[in-house]
Order: sequence, then structure tokens, then C-alpha cells
Amino acid sequence: MSERAKLAVMLGVFATFWFLPVGSERFFEAVRASLSLAKWYAQEHVLLCLVPAFFIAGAIAVFVSQGAVIRYLGPGAKKRFAYPVAAVSGVILAVCSCTVLPLFASIHKRGAGLGPAIAFLYSGPAINVLAIILTARILGPELGIARAVGAIAFAVVIGLAMHLAFRHEEAAREAAAALVLPDDRPARALWQDALYFASLVGILVFANWGAPRDGDGGWWGAVHGLRWVITGALALGLAAMLLRWFERDELAGWVDASWGFAKQIMPLLLGGVLVAGFLLGGPASGERGVIPEAWIAQAVGGNSLSANFVASFVGAFMYFATLTEVPILEGLLRSGMGKGPALALLLAGPALSLPNMLVIRSVLGNRKTAVFIVLVITLSTIAGVIFGALP
Amino acid sequence: MRIEVLGSGCAKCQRLYAEAERAVAEAGVAADLVKVEDVPSIVARGVMLTPALAVDGRIVSSGRVPSASEIAGWLREAAA
Repeated sequence: MSERAKLAVMLGVFATFWFLPVGSERFFEAVRASLSLAKWYAQEHVLLCLVPAFFIAGAIAVFVSQGAVIRYLGPGAKKRFAYPVAAVSGVILAVCSCTVLPLFASIHKRGAGLGPAIAFLYSGPAINVLAIILTARILGPELGIARAVGAIAFAVVIGLAMHLAFRHEEAAREAAAALVLPDDRPARALWQDALYFASLVGILVFANWGAPRDGDGGWWGAVHGLRWVITGALALGLAAMLLRWFERDELAGWVDASWGFAKQIMPLLLGGVLVAGFLLGGPASGERGVIPEAWIAQAVGGNSLSANFVASFVGAFMYFATLTEVPILEGLLRSGMGKGPALALLLAGPALSLPNMLVIRSVLGNRKTAVFIVLVITLSTIAGVIFGALP
Repeated sequence: MRIEVLGSGCAKCQRLYAEAERAVAEAGVAADLVKVEDVPSIVARGVMLTPALAVDGRIVSSGRVPSASEIAGWLREAAA
């Protein structure tokens, strides 16, 4: 940090305290709501949901063959495979946000072309495992599934639309050094890897198995009663697999990658939760934030076209640090946002933000970037209206 | 010998740089270690997944962080 920047920070902190509304009841209410929300997250979500999720993300980063995916996005790729593979590849490839841009640029310039590159760019941030798991856990399985399905479908549609809109410019392609496929390491048999991932996902699912709604026993309640037995059995199975099938340095790499995700995401998430609580209120009714609920209900309540458009538009320009869209959206839903606009924001939000528009512009130029943004906002609005109209 | 670490500056790229530094010491070769962070030049080299490592212009790994001893092996090979 330069000395000038330090001075600016110091003046900023000073000004914050100068204007701090210490006497205001509303301010303290919002601070209380913010702390109360952070406490609620700590008690409800962190250990059972996020810890297995970090290990799954780490396992994908270390053990899934990236070369197999990249092959479908390279220069010789068949179009009908390139689009769907690009749309779902975010699960495997976008585990580190800084790899997205070089990969996007090379798919566009050297690989399968503009359409698949856009499909990857759009779906990458939206369908990574951590985002989907956290969305499903906190906002409910309905929105979690809608988000995953919507993101994949949108990626294909937006990619195809971009390809059609700019197909005449696509002919000239750079010819340069041959593409380098990422390294593949020899691994276990496919069924062994499948079993390993299945036990990880199983632990995540059963450890978080919710209590049945009152009186509603049946198999759901039976599973709830047995969840620790099932989780324990899966954990034992996992331990046996780790001992027999994995080498020591592979396991070290896995723990390292999982820990990397935890370090990267936990501080962001805590910040997001505190900000969401301060602005939008805490988990209990009556814990108000600084933004009046009436404003939120007016802007994005219900399922009108304008509510969905506002949610898409704001989502597209606003920057959400990794996963912070989830607590913020949770606060908005509690303050009266409709579920249609919530989906619209989830579909337009993580893929776009003002800072990453500037970066995309540097690769694609003004016209393509503008078309991409308009497509994302329009489609998100439409999807929100449809999702909001579902029973 | 010229060793390049290609990547846009994320945590993994920094780890690869550190591993490469240790590998140079381990292999005991004279080498220039440089970072290539500019996206167009990474793309021009044909690298799809960062971080990547190049020894004397040849890409030896991509999409992962190899260990210092693995890198040292490549360095000795290139020096031989």
C-alpha cells in the first residue's frame, strides 16, 4: 500500500467515526441485528454444511481430471458437445475465480470459440459446488435447484445467442503455439472415485438432514432420527477408502486445497453476513436493519415485471464477493422480496458485476460486452417472472 | 536457464512461484525466475489452465502446483 493510500484510509476511518450516529437507536438496532444474524449463521450453517462443502470443493480441485473437460473446449471440439460441457464445466474448472478469465480468453481466441467461451464465463461463478450447496442450505432446495438449472440453461442459450449475433467475426482466429492440455495424473478406477465422491456428498446431505415438519413422521422423520448413524457409517467408509486407495501426498494436496477454500471464503462470508444483517435486519422478527422493509417490498416485492427487472439490473451491476450473495439475498427475502426476483438476482448477480464487465470488455470489446449484459439482464428478468408465477 | 510462472496472480500462482524458487535452490542450477501475469500473453502461449510452468520456453505443467522436488527434476533434465 502506498503512503498516499494509507493516508486516505486513515482519513476514511476518521470520517467514519466523526459521523458515526452513536446516539441513534436505529443504528444500534442494526448493529444488534447484524451480530444476531452472524450468531445465527455460526449456530446453524457453518460446521455441518460448509466443512463438508469445502472438502468436496477441494476434492474436485485435486482429483477430477481437468484435461478431460478442456478437451471438449479446445479448437477441434464439436459444437454440440462444447456448449453443454462449457455450461457445466464451472463445477470442475471454476474452483479458483482467477482461473476463469485466462480460460475464458483462451476458449474464445484459441479454442471452441465465442459461444462456448461465453457459456463458460456465465455459468462458472454461478454453479460452483460451494455456491449451489450454500444456496440450497440457506435459501431452500427450491431456489438452489432453480439456480443450478437456470444457470446451466442460460449459459447455453446466452452462448448460442452470442455466437449467432457475432458469427461473421468469428472466422479470423489466431494461429499460434499449440494448446497445452493441463496435466493429468494417474488415478484410481472410476468406480473408486465415484464411491469416494458419493460418500463425501452423502456426509454433507445426511449431516444436514432437517427435522420433519411437526407431526409429519414417515421415512423423512426416520432418516432424521438415524442421521448421525448414517453420517458416522459414511465417515467410516470414507476413512477406509482414504487409507487404502490414496497416497499420502494426494491426501495432503486434498487437505491443502480444502483449507485454501476455507481461508478464501470464510472471511468473505462473515463480512457478507455482517453487512446483510446491518442493512436488512436479523433472523428474528423485529430485528430491523437500516434499510426499511417497506422500500424492499416496494422495489422487489411480489412478482411484477418491474420487481424482476430491478432485481436483475441491480444484480448485474453490483459486485458480490464469492458467496456473499447468499446472506444478502436471505436478508432481502426476509424483508419481503418475492421468490421470482430472488432467482432473477441469483442468475444475473454472480456472473456479472461492474468490475468484471470492465475485464470482459478488455477481451471482447464494447459491442459484444454490451450485448452480453443486455442478454443476461433480459433473460434473468424473464426467468424470475416465470419462477415467481410457479405455485 | 529461464523459468516462467504463468498465471494471473492468484494464490495458486504464488504457491507455484515459491515452489519453483525452492526447486532452483534444490537443483543448484543458475536460473532466471519470472512471472507472466498478463492474460493475453498467457493465452498466446497456449495455456488454458493456470497456473502453468515453463522451463526454457517449454510448458512443463499446467493447471496444478507441482512440488519443488518434481520441478527440480525438470530443471536437472533441462540443464543436462
